[in-house]
Amino acid sequence: MMAKEKRLEVRYGTRLNRSLAGDIILFSFLALLGSFSAWPMAFVINNAFKPLNEILLFPPRLFVRNPTLSNFRDLVSLMSNSWVPLSRYVFNTLFITCLGTAGSVFISSLAAFPLAKFRFPGSGIISKMIVYSLMFSAAVTGIPSYIIISRLGLLDSYGAILLPTFGTTLGLYLMQNFMGQVPNELIESARMDGAGDFRVYWSIMMPLARPAWLTLVILQFQGLWGTTGGTYIYSEKLKPLSYALSQIVDSGVARTGVAAAVALFMLIVPLTVFVISQSNVMETMATSGIKE
Amino acid sequence: MSMASKGQQNRPSEARLREKLHILWNEINRNKVKYVMIAPFMISFFLFVFLPALSSIILSFTNFNMLQRPDFIGYQNYAKLLLHDEVFAIAIRNTLLIAFITGPLSYLLCFILAWLINELSRPLRVLLTVVFYAPSISGNAYLIWKLIFSSDVYGYANSKLIDWGFLQEPVLWLQDPQYIIWIIILVQLWLSLGVSFLAFIAGLQNVDRTLYEAGAIDGVRNRWQELWYITLPSMKPQLLFGAVMQITSSFSVGEVSMQLAGFPSVAYAGRTVLTHLIDYGTIRFEMGYASATATLLFLSMIFANLVIQQLLRKVGQ
Repeated sequence: MMAKEKRLEVRYGTRLNRSLAGDIILFSFLALLGSFSAWPMAFVINNAFKPLNEILLFPPRLFVRNPTLSNFRDLVSLMSNSWVPLSRYVFNTLFITCLGTAGSVFISSLAAFPLAKFRFPGSGIISKMIVYSLMFSAAVTGIPSYIIISRLGLLDSYGAILLPTFGTTLGLYLMQNFMGQVPNELIESARMDGAGDFRVYWSIMMPLARPAWLTLVILQFQGLWGTTGGTYIYSEKLKPLSYALSQIVDSGVARTGVAAAVALFMLIVPLTVFVISQSNVMETMATSGIKE
Repeated sequence: MSMASKGQQNRPSEARLREKLHILWNEINRNKVKYVMIAPFMISFFLFVFLPALSSIILSFTNFNMLQRPDFIGYQNYAKLLLHDEVFAIAIRNTLLIAFITGPLSYLLCFILAWLINELSRPLRVLLTVVFYAPSISGNAYLIWKLIFSSDVYGYANSKLIDWGFLQEPVLWLQDPQYIIWIIILVQLWLSLGVSFLAFIAGLQNVDRTLYEAGAIDGVRNRWQELWYITLPSMKPQLLFGAVMQITSSFSVGEVSMQLAGFPSVAYAGRTVLTHLIDYGTIRFEMGYASATATLLFLSMIFANLVIQQLLRKVGQ
């Protein structure tokens, strides 16, 4: 026992199986790749603060020379005299994004639990159908989807966006894979204590699959935040904010500055959600993973 | 967790089929709560995913222009696609090339980066995750590549290569069939840190920490052994998930090609199966033909998936 402890001690630092040289090589590799990946985001942030002459400069410079807030001022004045009040667009987007994200995370994880952990008539075939449907190109299902949504009377309502997101196969497949890792013993011992299926889902599966559903929150939020309602929503008062903003941007070169401000705004909200949920994903590190 | 049903009764006179149905019914009854739990998802899945996909497969055997009723023409769409459509042949060649290169490489890239980031302190980890995910979230990902490969002397690639004396005059990177496919592959690789990357990061949090200590005592000497013998086997479900994601994204490259090489691209050099079906579906309104293309793409992904599942079984052995 003594010998083993001593052997563990002599290693570099406090971490097991790590060498300093390896660390340096790997981290410089990360820094190099990172500086390249960060470019688009840095560009959006800088552009929003550039005066028009800097935005239109070619070839463009990444960093702003004379930062200004005029793009944001223009955006605010444009939005203040829109046809439908700005607050309505904001409400639509918040409603669709929040309800859609929460609903789809709940519904897909609720379905993922039985499919990941039990066998019952039909479970095998359902799981197969879900994986394979991930591989069917959405480019040709647009027309049938439209017909179904219109037959259900969902056209021009929030439901046309919300209900399809509840059946997101990506979310279900992600949750199913993570929930499959939870040891059966944990579920069985909870059942011994008299917990029903729903109880096990809520107080055992969901806490243990936290990294997975936090990841799903990011993906769903990002997707719904950017949706413009497309062909499904045509009443102006039901349109989301991203649609209103894209209308402003589409009005030509004179709006280039405003477009830069819009791009930053559209980025900053999902980015905030991303940072918050990623720090929570990583927080679970301290709780040392799943064990029996 | 499945148990043999207790509802079996001794009724030798009954037909076997009836008994089987009876057992099935008991099983279904016993699992009522589970069906209730999957019901909300299944309703939405059936209406908005399964039915549309099934109708597309059915439409692939018809001639459908979206105005008149579809009429049934058997396998003619498939025959035309595979035997007479020369552009589709280019599309298949390009798609396979892209899939074979970007699929495995970006899978590795996603995993390696997730794993390396996992080594860092928490604030640094969050920062780097944001940085690497940035192209997927900032909505202007193609802009930098259009600047780099711009065809005039102001394009970064041209101006640098001329400065250094490698080139005498600017190259038309995005118009020259010789370069287009490689640029698409490069950009697709750069964009690959998406869903699987996030799933790997989340999966690494689920690995039981005490396994590393136990491994060190059992003779795991360096981070590479630790990776192969402990981390990877503990992450099999995430590896599987990542593989499926990688197949779907590397077989359905289209947006990158349309953004960079234009649509249609010069001499169809950037044509992929996905842009082929977008062309027929949304420009020529030949939905039957587009659906046949989609069905073929679907079948090839299923095949790739079967192969990769076999390979993943070997991890950690």
